[in-house]
Amino acid sequence: MSTSSPPGSNRPLSPFMIGPYYRPQLTSVLSITHRITGVFLCLGALTLVVGCIALASGPASWAAFSECLGGPLGMLLVAGSVLALWFHFFNGIRHLFWDVGSGLSLPSSYRSGYLVLVGAALAAAANLWLIYGRA
Amino acid sequence: MSLQTPLARVRGLGSAKSGTDHWVGQRLTAIVLLPLSLWFLYFATTLVGADYGAIRAAVAQPWSAALLATFVVVVLYHAQLGLQVVIEDYVHVRWAELSLLIAVKFIALLGSVAVLLAVARIALGA
Repeated sequence: MSTSSPPGSNRPLSPFMIGPYYRPQLTSVLSITHRITGVFLCLGALTLVVGCIALASGPASWAAFSECLGGPLGMLLVAGSVLALWFHFFNGIRHLFWDVGSGLSLPSSYRSGYLVLVGAALAAAANLWLIYGRA
Repeated sequence: MSLQTPLARVRGLGSAKSGTDHWVGQRLTAIVLLPLSLWFLYFATTLVGADYGAIRAAVAQPWSAALLATFVVVVLYHAQLGLQVVIEDYVHVRWAELSLLIAVKFIALLGSVAVLLAVARIALGA
């Protein structure tokens, strides 16, 4: 994914973080996961838009919409969005702390990284149980 | 051949292209979305399994309608800001980059208007 140097320049570019150049680290993996979950959540947002339109359009459109959500692809989208939203939520808080200059040291960013993973996993598991577990 | 001086041609073309409004906007919407997301997840999770009439009645509640409409509009704005950065970072073919940037902004606008109309229709009982 690295870009080419400007024409006539021999200056080296730092390589893209994903690929053979760097060992995967918690910090870089969570960073790209924040982006991936963000892009995935756009699908969730569009689904929410379609859901609002279906709800306003009448019982027939709503039935079709909820049938889609209940299907395998719909469940994947809902479950994936719940998981992605909880990760993006906790890691977003981590980023906001960094933005005000707090918790930027290496030990601190690793600690908050693990906290984000644990928090997102617990919250998403509880949320998914509330959605699918009660039957 | 241009009649502009070299300085005039490069002025305002720094790597940033704009000020800090994009960065600030992304953070402000992020902060607003923290409580709104919690509310939305609570609202949507409690409605799982409810029938059409119950869901419509829940959305029609004044506060639910206001929060839902605000949530979707802020989410789409935040998503559009985020997707813009992703596209600028990874799409290196200029025409594809521009087309995607414009498409994303248009879809976010269309989605916002559609949700505002839909929620208004439900809340006003039309």
